[in-house]
Amino acid sequence: MRKLGRQLLAGPYLVWIIGFILLPVVVILYFALTNSEGDFTLSNILAIGDPIHLKALFLSLRLAVVCTVICLILAYPLAMILNKTGRKRQNLIVFIFILPMWMNFMLRILAWRMLLNNNGVINTLLETLGLPTLNIINTSTAVVFCMVYDFLPFMVLPIYNSMARISQDVVEAARDLGAGSVTVFFKIILPLTLSGVISGIIMVFVPALTSFAISDLLGGGKVMLIGNVIEQAFNQQFNWNLGSGLSIVLMIFVVVSMALMSAHDKEGGGAGVW
Amino acid sequence: MVKKTAERIYLGLIFLFLYLPIVVLIVLSFNDSKTRVQWGGFTLKWYQNLFDNSMITNAFGTTIFITLASALLATVLGTLAAIGIHAMRAKNQAIMLGATNIPLLNADIVTGLSMMLLFVRFMDLELGMATVLIAHITFNLPYVILNVLPKLKQCNQNTYEAALDLGATPLYAFFKIIWPQIRAGVFSGFLMAMTMSMDDFSITYFTKGAGVNTLSTMIYTQMKRGVIPEMYALSTILFLIALLLLLAMNFGSSRKEKMKMRERI
Repeated sequence: MRKLGRQLLAGPYLVWIIGFILLPVVVILYFALTNSEGDFTLSNILAIGDPIHLKALFLSLRLAVVCTVICLILAYPLAMILNKTGRKRQNLIVFIFILPMWMNFMLRILAWRMLLNNNGVINTLLETLGLPTLNIINTSTAVVFCMVYDFLPFMVLPIYNSMARISQDVVEAARDLGAGSVTVFFKIILPLTLSGVISGIIMVFVPALTSFAISDLLGGGKVMLIGNVIEQAFNQQFNWNLGSGLSIVLMIFVVVSMALMSAHDKEGGGAGVW
Repeated sequence: MVKKTAERIYLGLIFLFLYLPIVVLIVLSFNDSKTRVQWGGFTLKWYQNLFDNSMITNAFGTTIFITLASALLATVLGTLAAIGIHAMRAKNQAIMLGATNIPLLNADIVTGLSMMLLFVRFMDLELGMATVLIAHITFNLPYVILNVLPKLKQCNQNTYEAALDLGATPLYAFFKIIWPQIRAGVFSGFLMAMTMSMDDFSITYFTKGAGVNTLSTMIYTQMKRGVIPEMYALSTILFLIALLLLLAMNFGSSRKEKMKMRERI
């Protein structure tokens, strides 16, 4: 009886779930599966096969993979170093690495534009030094730079957390039994941080795959990601059905990539470790 | 020794990568030259302009309002929901948590667009402050629930039941027994919700009306038009606010930890 009363506290949230979580999904599915007259059609979903859309999707996937790999390569050693520093300095160093994350997302993009612009800070510096200037603004390189900058903390924190949980006793036991640094790393550290790595990969890959603001502001209209295609379908062509259809395709990609990663997690992070 | 040096260099390089953009913005905010990045002398005029520009101050006000209101409402709704979900049978719990995960896992752009479609085509709401607020509460809720639920699971159910058996009203028993145990989770849920709400761009972008702007969407529009130097001044101020807030929180928590250590001794 008492339990029933407490369950009712979730009532407002249940209403919220139905109204603002499930209903929007239904609405976007409805738009994806109908044309402007409201008749059923699959053409909005199949529109992903259009060469322009396909190109955008592949570019998004490529940049997201590149960004995720760079983040992983940068973050893993960083997490190891952070984990090794003493307790007292650890707080300070973690603080230093979290602080830039608190800058507004847009201002971080603005900063990269000032750095990478053709007459930006980096090129001005190179010019004064008499070196050849770089031309990376409005290319996918600039977009990847900014993506890595924006999403790096999402990779560092889960890996760092999983590393901090490893008991030092396990590492010492392995050493006592004669394992070298390399063996300790591959047999203990890496398997035990795999779940952190996987959540890091998901947390970087999904926003990198679906973002449109970074490519919009640093790509100068030349870097079309699938997010840009969807945004333009809504805000420039006012073709909401097409935009919804492509959104559904993007959603499927997100779900599939997450399912792949978490399936891997179960194999690697569970029984496979020991 | 060599290893140590290599580690230092690595930390230094990452540090440079993280802070160089911020330093550039801060330096440019004092630069008396509008277009080029070359140094044109020291000035505070961008700061002056910043406070005179109603578009920027409005966006600042909107951001603070949306952040606080959405985080607060999501915390109340989410904490109640977590208590309710905790009392449910396993199967219903799984259903509720599955739905809770949707906005967390879905791409921001899809969440924003689907809510916009819901508001405009299905509910006939006009896009504006209210729709942004609803959208922010929606994506804040999972953070609150997922922070509070683990704390509830750690609570000993029997002490609450005992309080009721001894004649406490449910509300009294809640505040005396459950609340002290979940308070930390509620608070971190609130902070996380605030951070997410403050930094959001995509969802706000699609659910806001023409007249409403948060800082993120305002900066986006300005950047599309061409950079105005007031934005650098804004960055410096926001960076200082973030620094102070994080410092305050960090010192607060380290002091708490010290207290805990002392208690143990």
